[in-house]
Amino acid sequence: MGNIVEQIQGVPLNHYIIFCSIIFAIGVTGVLIRRNVIIIMMSIELMLNSVNLLLAAFSAYRGDPSGQVFVFFVMALAAAEVAVGLAIIIMVYRNTKSLDIESLSKLRW
Amino acid sequence: MSVFYLVAFLAIFFALMTIFTKNPVHSVLYLVITFFTLTVHYILLNAQFLAVVNFIVYMGAIIVLFLFVMMLLNLNEEAEPVKSNLVKIMGAIAGMCLLATLLGAFRVIEPSNEMVAAHADIGLVENLGKVLFNEFLLPFEISSILLLAAMIGAVLLAKKDVKKA
Repeated sequence: MGNIVEQIQGVPLNHYIIFCSIIFAIGVTGVLIRRNVIIIMMSIELMLNSVNLLLAAFSAYRGDPSGQVFVFFVMALAAAEVAVGLAIIIMVYRNTKSLDIESLSKLRW
Repeated sequence: MSVFYLVAFLAIFFALMTIFTKNPVHSVLYLVITFFTLTVHYILLNAQFLAVVNFIVYMGAIIVLFLFVMMLLNLNEEAEPVKSNLVKIMGAIAGMCLLATLLGAFRVIEPSNEMVAAHADIGLVENLGKVLFNEFLLPFEISSILLLAAMIGAVLLAKKDVKKA
């Protein structure tokens, strides 16, 4: 374990911020360019994960465990969100026979 | 130190593959690898509890849920809806703009360039448990209500409507 701890000594906080921003931007791009509802949900998971990692990095940086507890709550929330979201997707698929997000455009009214 | 950059590169690569692959099942599998690289990041941060929870909840529960839904809906590549190229290019440009904005903002505020210090023991299960059950006991209990509500909601939503059928 001491070896692993030595591994992270050399990584500045900046690089964690940049890395997590890149993953978050990839998630946003995924939401924008795909039309499959399931892949949009997966992109949202990607965004949540990047934020989680940044919270954990700040928590390790400050030496404050509250950040990691918060990550735990975000994970519980993500699990609930995925369960309800996928149930809604299944319901939509039963009614429209397609996973295209455009098939929901009737909701615009 | 170099392990971080290698794993970060892999995470970015597989995240890109996730959103650019045509086949949704391949997309889910790339997402598994992305989550695994993030688990490695947690281990590098010495957040062992989060690493284990990430492994179990994300790679175990959430990904299996995605795969089950894909199996249930019987997707294949032909059923995949495709956006027009113009919208794709505009989406990619918008994502890059967001990234540029974020990075520019971070450059202006100049977050400290110090190394992430290894507080060796805050991520261990024992210490997190102490914090979780002292300061965060009420949110912890409330999150159980949230999970219960989500479970009931998912069952109610996904159930076939008996009266209509």
